[in-house]
Amino acid sequence: MPNASAADYNCCSHANPHQLLQTAPMTIIAEHGFLLLTLACLFGFFMAWGIGANDVANAMGTSVGSRALTVKQAIMIAIVFEFLGAYLAGGEVTSTIRKGIIDPAALTDRPELLVFGMLAALLAAGTWLLIASLKGWPVSTTHSIVGAIVGFAAVGISVDAVHWGKVGKIVASWVVSPLLAGTLSYALFKSVQALILNHADPFIRAKRYIPFYMFAVGFLMAMVTMLKGLKHVFKDSDLSMSFGESALYAAGVGLVVALIGGYFLSRVKENPDADKDNRFSSVERVFGVLMVFTACSMAFAHGSNDVANAVGPLAAIVGVIKSGAIASKTVMPSWILLLGGGGIVLGLATYGFKVMATIGRKITLLTPSRGFAAELGAAGTVVLASATGLPISTTHTLVGAVLGVGFARGIAAINLQVVGTIFMSWLITLPAGAGLSILFFFVLKGIFSA
Amino acid sequence: MAITSPIHKLLGRSPIKPLQEHMVEVVKCAELLESFFDASFANDWPHAKAVYDRICESENRADDIKKQLRLHLPKSFFMPVSRTDLLELLSVQDHIANSARDIAGLMVGRSTTIPAAAHALWMDFLKSAIATTQQALVAINELDELLETGFSGQEINFVEKMIEELDELEHKTDHFERQVREQLFNLEAELPPVDVMFLYKIIEIIGDLADNAERVGGRLQLLLAR
Repeated sequence: MPNASAADYNCCSHANPHQLLQTAPMTIIAEHGFLLLTLACLFGFFMAWGIGANDVANAMGTSVGSRALTVKQAIMIAIVFEFLGAYLAGGEVTSTIRKGIIDPAALTDRPELLVFGMLAALLAAGTWLLIASLKGWPVSTTHSIVGAIVGFAAVGISVDAVHWGKVGKIVASWVVSPLLAGTLSYALFKSVQALILNHADPFIRAKRYIPFYMFAVGFLMAMVTMLKGLKHVFKDSDLSMSFGESALYAAGVGLVVALIGGYFLSRVKENPDADKDNRFSSVERVFGVLMVFTACSMAFAHGSNDVANAVGPLAAIVGVIKSGAIASKTVMPSWILLLGGGGIVLGLATYGFKVMATIGRKITLLTPSRGFAAELGAAGTVVLASATGLPISTTHTLVGAVLGVGFARGIAAINLQVVGTIFMSWLITLPAGAGLSILFFFVLKGIFSA
Repeated sequence: MAITSPIHKLLGRSPIKPLQEHMVEVVKCAELLESFFDASFANDWPHAKAVYDRICESENRADDIKKQLRLHLPKSFFMPVSRTDLLELLSVQDHIANSARDIAGLMVGRSTTIPAAAHALWMDFLKSAIATTQQALVAINELDELLETGFSGQEINFVEKMIEELDELEHKTDHFERQVREQLFNLEAELPPVDVMFLYKIIEIIGDLADNAERVGGRLQLLLAR
């Protein structure tokens, strides 16, 4: 990060003073377009790297902690499904971050301000996340970037430049998403109690009913991809499907997933020795198979929502630089989603490994039957938010989901103090992200359009 | 870089494992009384003293677990069972260990001998009380299965049945207690009065052993009810 800002400082001192005098908005972009684009790609990639290194571990840690997956398997699943989620279903949230928060009309005559602002937002969110993870605060990437964008737009441009209605909806979704995830996972765990655990033969019943949950996992991911994702990926091919068609195909995918899962379930045998100690240990191994599938959905959901935090601002910058103006109609090139997905994968491969191992070792209290309910509740909520284009925090949603299982009397002890610290982190992150981004915005503006 | 996760912080330490470990130590105290009585019946006081020391060791370990558990059960914990009920269960369990230590302590302290004619009945009484505490442990060991099912369904009936068995064992111990008292009443004229006083006291504490084991079951029942 310091290298990058040093680089743009240098560029300025080399700039020709005569040209600077006659600088008009368009020429700033024409002149420094390539540099700005490179910076944006660097910052965006760095953010994506950070998400992969740090954030993914929260989403996948429950699977590792409950021993359903090894760290290596979790990383492999995360690499594949984070990328798929980002690429197939990440389009809606990206477009919200890119053009949903700021009113493009306020910027039509000064498009370069959007470029500076989005760069500042990336830099601010990245810096704030770095500070927070050094201090160990439960800060959300989403909240940082939204705070940063609102900050530069409201103070750097004008208060009217912010779509306050949309921002209100986003903030409301931050409250609603943990509640919804909690309700979903409560219902899921209650259904597991009613269908499987509260019977004399839980092992046989687990094998019978778990494929239905697997079907739900497959259906959910396929449905969101087809309804909201494919139009971003295949926008040229004029692909369109009715809701009914999508549902039909998604059901097909769900069926295939359930069949694959059924095969793996059939290989789980009862272990009477382990059952002597705890009569549910064989049942939990059946849930362990299910948890592999919910881990996939969690990674997919995380990729579909959180990658937008890194690539949304980038997409906005690319849009301005390519067209030279703020055209809200221009489509987003899919290489941007690829770049974001790639950054996450690189973050996972370089640093995420270590974080995942550490967190997995700490989260050992969630057995697979609880972990699956929490993960599926959270993943369902996040995927829904992704389809609606709402940027939410995956980690906070998962916290809500775990609380939901707790309310169903499923978890021995939940420390409610964490809810307080999360609430505090909201209150701090929004102004901190906004403040940093305002600072960077004026610095960048000063450097480039002196 | 500090690696912390809100998900990890959210999950507190489960009180169930320590509660079970505590009960294991408690029952160990009670079980040791059998070899303690054997030694005292044989008038082998050095051996009895050695067993008494082992009882105290187990009792101390149980105390440590109790203190740790209390320290790690802050009010901010949200649990499937009430915190107050859990702490009271812990303290009832602890009473069993204290009773066991008191029995051995009273007898070691004044080398109390039980009249030879009463040995067999006293042993039956003691064994019955020990069996009651063991049954209480069996019920406490079901706590993790109860958590697994979310404190509902089949598992509740299962535990209810265990608690019924526990009650029966306690009634049996009560029955022995009356017999032992009756026998002591018949013998007391021939015995030193101070000894008799202490023998009645010991009978009472052995009875407490079983009573508190039954109360463990009662507390467990309160945990289930909601």
